[in-house]
Amino acid sequence: MSGQFSAENIGHGTPGHVPRDAAVRQPESFVFDTDSEAEIAVVLTRYPAGKQASAVIPLLYVAQRQMGRQTGSAWLPRAAMDVVAARLAMPPIRVYEVATFYLMFNTKPVGRYHLQVCTTTPCWLRGSDEVTAACRKAAGVRNWEETSADGLFTMTEVECLGACANAPMMQINDDYYEDLDGPRTEALIAALRRGEVPAPGPQVERMASAPAGGRTTLLETPEES
Amino acid sequence: MLSDKDRIFTNIYGHQDPFLAGARRRGDWDNTAAILARGRDAIVAEMKASNLRGRGGAGFPTGLKWSFMPKVSDGRPHYLVINGDESEPGTCKDREIIRHEPHKLIESALIASFAMGAHTSYIYIRGEYRPFAANLQRAIDEAYEAGLIGRNACGSGWDFDFRIHLGAGAYICGEETALLESLEGKKGMPRMKPPFPAAMGLYGCPTTVNNVESIAVSSTILRRGAAWFSSIGRPNNVGTKLYSFTGHVNRPCVVEDALGVPMRELIDKHAGGVRGGWDNLLAVIPGGCSVPILPKSVCDTVLMDFDALRAERSGLGTGAMIVMDRSTDVIRAIARFSRFFKHESCGQCTPCREGTGWMMRVMERMVAGRAEIEEIDMLEQVTRQVEGHTICALGDAAAWPIQGLIRHFRPVMEDRITAYRAAHPRSGLAPTPDNLPGRLPAAAE
Repeated sequence: MSGQFSAENIGHGTPGHVPRDAAVRQPESFVFDTDSEAEIAVVLTRYPAGKQASAVIPLLYVAQRQMGRQTGSAWLPRAAMDVVAARLAMPPIRVYEVATFYLMFNTKPVGRYHLQVCTTTPCWLRGSDEVTAACRKAAGVRNWEETSADGLFTMTEVECLGACANAPMMQINDDYYEDLDGPRTEALIAALRRGEVPAPGPQVERMASAPAGGRTTLLETPEES
Repeated sequence: MLSDKDRIFTNIYGHQDPFLAGARRRGDWDNTAAILARGRDAIVAEMKASNLRGRGGAGFPTGLKWSFMPKVSDGRPHYLVINGDESEPGTCKDREIIRHEPHKLIESALIASFAMGAHTSYIYIRGEYRPFAANLQRAIDEAYEAGLIGRNACGSGWDFDFRIHLGAGAYICGEETALLESLEGKKGMPRMKPPFPAAMGLYGCPTTVNNVESIAVSSTILRRGAAWFSSIGRPNNVGTKLYSFTGHVNRPCVVEDALGVPMRELIDKHAGGVRGGWDNLLAVIPGGCSVPILPKSVCDTVLMDFDALRAERSGLGTGAMIVMDRSTDVIRAIARFSRFFKHESCGQCTPCREGTGWMMRVMERMVAGRAEIEEIDMLEQVTRQVEGHTICALGDAAAWPIQGLIRHFRPVMEDRITAYRAAHPRSGLAPTPDNLPGRLPAAAE
């Protein structure tokens, strides 16, 4: 029996997945706030005239991040997708396609802290199972894509995050927390629960992706603070 | 092995100031206008002479790719699109360039864009790298402020704009045409090739897509010369490479070294050796999960370069070594990659959409041993029906890990099946369906 991982991780990011509206309370409307409008103005200058559809991913992020600011839950209601479609003169279906195709768009609410745990083989080899178990215990979440009863933590299983030399690791909202183990993970979640913002990066004594214990190369180059 | 004076990425760990002042001290932006003044043709010729091969996994000669761009524009703008979607499991090098060497990347992008007649370059960075892309954005702002890019970049007369575009979590967007689709505001579904991006790329315009590392080494190659770069390594496999050492090594890390160094030497020198000693090694996947696994017997002597690894039926790929010691359940390690590919399939073409799901479910049974011995051959045959029959290389990439497992670890698979049968004698009932949704084991209360 394949205990540790699910046969079919059907969920957001899988082609063909449809947001299950019946299970999610969708707000009636969505309006970009002033901060968002300022960002949008900058975004739209990045693409040539007539190619504003290129801004669909950036604008969906703006909407999702606004929801995070305003409600503590960074997700994309249908109304927000419709606003983006109107703003970019795209048929709504084209925006729904994008919102459901890409994993980082949350089509249902998430907790204040989105624990995105990498379990791909390089992280698995270095102990992602322990990180997962620690998340479940410390955050109070039983299964992937569930939110804790207190609404603080949502735990998602993600694919390789590109920090394999600092494995195992997870992304919490925007930030990478690396070189984890069970106890370090529990300590991290406890700190978040206390309202602290732990410093991202390696959670051991180590400079980025240099080997722990010091560089084997670039020994002549001095450090600059 | 390489000495520091031949290294390109002297701030790869961010131990020095990544921004303009530090970058200038490291030699970035030193008389860039003089390089541009050599002219497009000379720059492309030098890049071809350097024999740099693409660092994103495919190893296509970079100078040759640049030369495919039209020499004269037909009215359509040209684009350089830099592939920063880094999502190949094991690979973690481009993140370090983006956050710690942003000016080297920007300067190289200017030179490369000039060489292909592009006034605008986009860098597509995976969405999860948002905090690291912020470093690059700050460096871009500095470069505009200092007149290094923008109108009349570096006083060269060439206008150049450089813009970041974040992805949103899709490995398939590392495929160049899927990346272009995503940049255009669509789902990341690859296009058929031909037409190739140099003829029909971003917004239907001539475009070159290059990996971050391929672009970022260009400025140094042009400064130090093609002869210097091609003197490192061996013919057809030249230059330096950012390697990542992951998995069961004592000190995982990212390091720049020469191509063509023996794998064992690299692992021992930079990564503190294999956990438990070299003889505790089971296998290494040498270049990111898409390339086939190599058993210890091959790893004992193989060189880390394109041709040597290809001769062993694997590949250099991204140079990301995934090291596994004897404690590893190698079937489970590969099965996890099968699940990765099933997640990441865009769904556009049948062999991949259906095949990755099927391969994942069979591999999951292989982990348990809940299979027939004959199904190993059937699994391999199915991988060969996916490989080569898909719109993009993700189908091939999904097939190769399984082929490597069967090629080198078939006895482990057979033993697993035999053990399962011994523990679960045949009851005569119908076999269990393959696709029961799994849950994490119940938490201990």
